Amino acid sequence: MPIAVAIAMLVLGSVAFHLLSPWWRTPIASNWGSIDSALDVTLWICAAAFILLNLFLAWVLVRYRNRPGHMAHYEPENAGLEKRLTVWTAIGIAGMLAPGLAAWAKYVSVPEEAAIVEAVGQQWQWAFRYPGPDGVLGAAAVKYVTPDNVLGLDPLDPYGRDDLLVETGDLHLPAGRPVKIVLRSKDVLHDFYVPEFRAKMDLVPGLVTYFWMTPTKTGTFDILCAELCGTGHYEMRGKVVVETPKAFATWQAQQTSFSQILADMPQAALSIMLIKANACSTPLGRSQS
Amino acid sequence: MATTLADDLRPLHHPRSWVTKYVWSQDHKVIAIQYSVTAISIGLVALVLSALMRLQLGFPGLFPAIQPDNYLQYVSMHGMIMVVYLLTALLLGGFGNYLIPLMIGARDMVFPFVNMLSYWLYLLSVIVLVIGFFVPGGPTGAGWTLYPPQSITEGTPGHQWGIATMLVSLAIFVAAFTMGGLNYVTTVLQARTRGMTLMRMPLSVWGIFTASIMGLLAFPALFVAAIMMLFDHFAGTSFFMPTMQSMGRITPTEGGSPLLFQHLFWFFGHPEVYIVALPAFGIVSDLISVHARRNIFGYRMMVWAIVIIGALSFLVWAHHMYVSGMNPYFGFFFATSTLIIAIPTAIKVYNWMLTLWRGNIHLRVPMLFAIAFIFTFIHGGLSGLFLGNVSVDVPLSDTFFVVAHFHMVMGVSPVLVIFGAIYHWYPKIFGRMWNETLGKLHFWITFLGVYAIFLPMHYIGILGVPRRYYALGETAFIPHSVHLANAWISIAALIVFVAQGLFFFNMVWSLFKGPKADPNPWGAASLEWQTPQTPPEHGNWGPHLPTVYRWPYDYSVPGAPRDFIPQTEPRS
Amino acid sequence: MSLIARLTERSWEPASDQHAWPDRPSAGAVGLSVYAAVAMVMFALLAAAYVMRMGLHRAMGHAGDDWVSMPDPPLLWINTAVLVASSIAWEMARQAAKREKAVGVSAIASVLGLCFLTGQWLMWQHYQASGFYLSSNPANAFFYLLTALHGLHIVGGLVAAGWVLALGSQRHVRLCALYWHFLLFIWILIAALLVLT
Repeated sequence: MPIAVAIAMLVLGSVAFHLLSPWWRTPIASNWGSIDSALDVTLWICAAAFILLNLFLAWVLVRYRNRPGHMAHYEPENAGLEKRLTVWTAIGIAGMLAPGLAAWAKYVSVPEEAAIVEAVGQQWQWAFRYPGPDGVLGAAAVKYVTPDNVLGLDPLDPYGRDDLLVETGDLHLPAGRPVKIVLRSKDVLHDFYVPEFRAKMDLVPGLVTYFWMTPTKTGTFDILCAELCGTGHYEMRGKVVVETPKAFATWQAQQTSFSQILADMPQAALSIMLIKANACSTPLGRSQS
Repeated sequence: MATTLADDLRPLHHPRSWVTKYVWSQDHKVIAIQYSVTAISIGLVALVLSALMRLQLGFPGLFPAIQPDNYLQYVSMHGMIMVVYLLTALLLGGFGNYLIPLMIGARDMVFPFVNMLSYWLYLLSVIVLVIGFFVPGGPTGAGWTLYPPQSITEGTPGHQWGIATMLVSLAIFVAAFTMGGLNYVTTVLQARTRGMTLMRMPLSVWGIFTASIMGLLAFPALFVAAIMMLFDHFAGTSFFMPTMQSMGRITPTEGGSPLLFQHLFWFFGHPEVYIVALPAFGIVSDLISVHARRNIFGYRMMVWAIVIIGALSFLVWAHHMYVSGMNPYFGFFFATSTLIIAIPTAIKVYNWMLTLWRGNIHLRVPMLFAIAFIFTFIHGGLSGLFLGNVSVDVPLSDTFFVVAHFHMVMGVSPVLVIFGAIYHWYPKIFGRMWNETLGKLHFWITFLGVYAIFLPMHYIGILGVPRRYYALGETAFIPHSVHLANAWISIAALIVFVAQGLFFFNMVWSLFKGPKADPNPWGAASLEWQTPQTPPEHGNWGPHLPTVYRWPYDYSVPGAPRDFIPQTEPRS
Repeated sequence: MSLIARLTERSWEPASDQHAWPDRPSAGAVGLSVYAAVAMVMFALLAAAYVMRMGLHRAMGHAGDDWVSMPDPPLLWINTAVLVASSIAWEMARQAAKREKAVGVSAIASVLGLCFLTGQWLMWQHYQASGFYLSSNPANAFFYLLTALHGLHIVGGLVAAGWVLALGSQRHVRLCALYWHFLLFIWILIAALLVLT
């Protein structure tokens, strides 16, 4: 009978689709294999449920179809059966939750030795900043932004002088080293997402967010924005290049530091920037004028 | 001083003219039809919008009239209309209004004037929403989620006027639904007829009743968020607006929190999806029970599951915000609560299947839709577990996996129930029977079609293809086959859309040419089928309210003369 | 029957309690209680947003303080007293044995309610004149929003009161009184929140 056959075929077809489709995770290029494992555990348990429940459904539809002489069995309740089903379901749920939470515990614990890199998002492009030899990113905020100080570094903060700024190029990372990617937005919500890294996090204006990862494979990967940020959302792309530490060091040596930018800045632009940095942050009497 | 049920026998509103009978009507049955027609009409608009979206996704570049701005506007309006203006309005305003008084033995809702007002406010909210299509800049393109600061900043379509019409429309909708919800809840509590205890109500009523309570408690969050965003937009406040630039210029706002909006929105948004799901759960229980000639298995557990799911749904909202930048430790709590809510939901799935088990299954059209619901809801519910499990959500967030999941659980399963319910109650509402061949054809194309649309979508999501993208362009990790998948999905979608014409034709044609229906063609035991007239007349029950002696699931009782015993049949 | 007993009833078995009409509170009272719950949720969410917004700025470590508390003018206390008086009047109306007395006292209570609204408007004018505009800072914004929403509910209550005075039904007087007490309760919470922060 058609519906039972259809259900059974859809189950088999879905399993076949899963095994034969060309679309699955990208090859992982970071340390977040635990996320992949948690997904696999979830998948196995869910697949078992999907197959068993639906094949049972198909069987029931045939076995208990209406036909002459057939009557339904009157049974308002079977508390024992329901309790057993609840227990088994709870076990299945716990089985999925455990690896998921374990992976999350790692996700929220940034290793001490992680290097820091900053990604700055705006409508609709990415820029990046490295802390330089002092290992500390200088203070930065939207209020310091000028056409010459695109990333909005505080010109009065000494820690920022050696920061390396990548205003239009690719993000480079050394393979095998954990890195905490610190995220800042100049305007609206964005999200830094590289499918091969598995990790992602939103950029929130007014906040600094972060995630961490260890790139494990060299190569070039696409950065996609994963939080709708307006008309150009689909074009807000970047690239991250993972390379050997040696190649990375070479590349880093070629990047421009903030102090170089300051040095090359025309006097007028420098004055504007310093005035902005000195101004009171939010004049409270502003709207009372 | 208490009033008794005798109060319900006091004079009802009695419409005299055509206008007070069919336009300014206070009769719940008329109001239900008004809600349903309005909801389905605006739903068709949203369906057309999704067709436009699929044209762009399936065949990028082929339709130069669809620019990125337009695409985002289609996405946003499609989403908001479907969730709020179609599903919520149809299930609560449509089915709730029609079924509740009839299923509990009341003559009408307890506040009929307010009920009427609620419909006209709803219609007003739809009109204001549609005005958004015609304001300068067009409707909002911020996604149905309307996140600030982008929704009210340059760079997003409709950021000046479209968002304003949307927010005002939502505020009016909330007012309308508060009025409606007050009616549904109070009527269930106060106007049940003699013998109708809470546990003798059909699960359809339990689903709608619980959803109404949830709506009353969740919609204020949307209301507050909308008002605050309107203030931020027009009055220069900074509830949600942080220190930021917009297109290179610093804005005068500062200190606001975009995350505050997200918390408020999802505090509403998550219960909202259960407000859609619970009535569907309740209704499908009744469809299965009637057409399998078997009481719903584990009725008490089904009621408790509905109530528990309703309550728990208020504790899971931040699973929509795992990667939002909120305190990461919240992820532990919300992942746990989210996966716990899967347990009562799974019980319901088992009980639906256990109702069919050892039943006497009549594969009529409503039953076919109920079975399709079980299949697609299992799929959609299971995919939700991936997204609820916090770390697994990280790579899947904002990809097509999310789109596939919520379409399965919101766009497919409840819609299948709605179709089944309309086929099921049509003979009672209109006194006519529809054409079975057309019904079956509609079923098969719809069921197989929607699965063909959404199954592949999960996989391109796992690959990493993001949502809300106007075009994918040349991206290294996206193989060409994904473009073929998108084309396939679009074609399947267009076929399913066109096939809905079969349904509408059947419903309208049968209204005039369909054979007169038996008052209880399915042999159902619940109260709505025992009205003296079909369709039920004003006042529903004739001179005397019915008395109820049993629950609504006495099917195939051993020793009974027929395979069902109506609720009104006394015990011997 | 207790709620638990009602929700665990095995409804497929013959019922023990035979079909007496249960004694239920009036639909109006239930409807009002449900609406009170809705309004409570709305104000509670605003209060939560208020607290979050107030604390947020300090946590974000910005240099200047975005949140500036507003001063408490005498009008705040005067208005509260007027609202309390109005509630007392409504309570007297509710308890009145005779219909005419109930309606008469309701009229007085409504006038007092109108005075409250006028007082609130004056308070707004006072703040505007002192330079505390809506968009200046979030404390102001929340103040105007909270008092505006409360004020709208007062207006609704006055509309209901007008209808009561026209119809003269004692039952509706009782419902109005309960609603008014609820609004006073909300006002005390709002005033406390504003004064303490």
